[in-house]
Amino acid sequence: MKTFILKRLLQLIPMLIGMSFISFMIIQSSPGDYFAQMKMNPEISPETIEMMKINFGLDKPVLVQYLLWLKNMCRMDFGISFAYHIPVTTLIKFRLKNTLCLAIFSLFLSWVIAVPLAVLAGYKEGTNIDRMLSIFAYLSISLPSFFVALLFVYFISKTGVLPLGGTRSIFDVNASAFLIFKDYMKHLLVPGLVLCFVNIGWLFRLMKNNFVEVFNTPYILAAWARGLPASSIIFKHTLRNALNPMFTILGMEIGSILNGAALTEIICGWPGMGSLILEAVLSHDLYLVMGALVISGFLLIIGNLIGDILLTIFDPRIRLT
Amino acid sequence: MKRFFQRLRNHSKLAYFSFWFLVFFYIVSFFADILAPYHFDYQFRNKPYQPPTKIHFIDESGHFHIRPFVYNMIIDDPVFRTYREDQSTRYPVKFIVNGPERKIFFVFKTSKYLFGVDEPAGIFLFGTDTYGRDIFSRLLYGGRISLSISIVGVLISFTLGMITGGIAGYFGGLIDQILMRFVEILMVFPSFYLMLSLRAMFPLNLSSIQVYFLIVLILSLIGWAGLARIIRGMVLSIKEEDYVLAAKSLGLSHWRILFFHIFPNTFSYTITALTISVPGYIIGEAALSLLGLGIQEPYPSWGNILSSTIGNLKVVGDAPWLLLAGVFIFAVLINFNLLGDALRNVLDPKNW
Repeated sequence: MKTFILKRLLQLIPMLIGMSFISFMIIQSSPGDYFAQMKMNPEISPETIEMMKINFGLDKPVLVQYLLWLKNMCRMDFGISFAYHIPVTTLIKFRLKNTLCLAIFSLFLSWVIAVPLAVLAGYKEGTNIDRMLSIFAYLSISLPSFFVALLFVYFISKTGVLPLGGTRSIFDVNASAFLIFKDYMKHLLVPGLVLCFVNIGWLFRLMKNNFVEVFNTPYILAAWARGLPASSIIFKHTLRNALNPMFTILGMEIGSILNGAALTEIICGWPGMGSLILEAVLSHDLYLVMGALVISGFLLIIGNLIGDILLTIFDPRIRLT
Repeated sequence: MKRFFQRLRNHSKLAYFSFWFLVFFYIVSFFADILAPYHFDYQFRNKPYQPPTKIHFIDESGHFHIRPFVYNMIIDDPVFRTYREDQSTRYPVKFIVNGPERKIFFVFKTSKYLFGVDEPAGIFLFGTDTYGRDIFSRLLYGGRISLSISIVGVLISFTLGMITGGIAGYFGGLIDQILMRFVEILMVFPSFYLMLSLRAMFPLNLSSIQVYFLIVLILSLIGWAGLARIIRGMVLSIKEEDYVLAAKSLGLSHWRILFFHIFPNTFSYTITALTISVPGYIIGEAALSLLGLGIQEPYPSWGNILSSTIGNLKVVGDAPWLLLAGVFIFAVLINFNLLGDALRNVLDPKNW
């Protein structure tokens, strides 16, 4: 087990280097830089700009810049944001916390809803319940996240039941931690529900397919023949085996939820990574874009790793390496 | 081809319907120039956010008219944008009406429109936007952009994916290693972040035609990697088949074997994958335009029409018909998904 994780971690290194190199190249080839706007500003002297360039290490050749950046990256230092004038790491840390909260909340919710429904639909395959749930799954798969988010926004603009935008309301400074937490969760609810809705559909479909596949195997038939109770067959014999492939999905989902979350965040005004990278792209904030890109890729790799590790823990058949 | 349709219909009536629905959508947006009652940037400055025009058959005195008619909508309160119908004059809906001159298919100049009403009334089936432009016309024109981007993008990325995957799988060795590592690294990035960063490589203010091709380029750059990997896997197994060996012993060139003997065997998979991946391109274009990084005003696209609703609670609440662009996107996506699922079963050789 330990060697397996270690091996996977070692495999990450060339991946990360390649990833950071591509990120760097993408940003390098973008036209105009952050200073282009500053040069237009008559209040900032050319000397100041030169000094800033030297401070940021932008006067050196491209490859040296990359190596310097890579060296700093290993110490979790992604440079300083041009626009915010604070370290990129601080900025990302704050936004990442929000995005992860959103991702975990919606992941948890969608799994809790999708898996039982899939078991129900799989058990009653071919009935009206199954058909209705499948239609719902189609809706959920085909509705793009931004449109669901907009529908929610429309609904809230009409009813005003939930707060929208930001992570907290305006508060008394001495508000209790619980009150702040409750408020945070309230703000989380809109983007969380949107993401959850978008996510449920394909989770449901995958889970149902797995369940049906396992449910039709001979050993389940044997279990029926031995007269085991239905609940034991469904939950112990089928569900456990049907869940195994889902752990790989859990890892993959971290990536897909990052994608979905980005647009949802922007539309619902949730300050997460998605809105951060949009702002950074719009203002040509070089280091911030690179940092966000690398971190998001890193999250995806970690997600896959977690999925693989969970799979080896829960599925003894794969415990080989 | 005929047998294919037969099988599709036998497999699933719904998917068969989806297929024709999509064909209908593509044809309608292709002929947007002819069908739309207004040009996409023709503005009614005194009718911002007008709700959809009601089409009447019965006038207020209770008389029935065979020819449907509309009333002119007059703005009652310019702040809250409430409209009322001015029932003094009827404006019958006419076919082949004259209007401002515009170009059809970028070439033919004409001032005839398929249908419309006399000004000052307007026929806005889906209401108007902030400049008083007809949403229905903009949706038709926008469909032409959004749907064509998806088709062109899919074709480019599939060509790229097929060739890269084919070369990697067929030749193997060092080429395979290099290509696949590159593909893996590309796949590491969450596509939305990659899309935004790639967009950042280019200036924000490009001409419309440049932006169009840029979006196609970005979307196909993101899309080809996954396919290349699967094609490589398929080519790896197909190249061990006896008929490939036979082709080799006949002295055929590598390219001939790859293109005429190996690729055709991957088609049943690729056609399904193609159908399933089109929605991704439509969403990608919509997402970019939604954020103001894609198709720019005055040109419409489905994402672009939605973009005015972002971060503006009042607009969404006042003019929900702007969200119809999302309904169009949804309609196309669900039909592609239905069709893709059916194709997967129909084209699967196991089910023949």
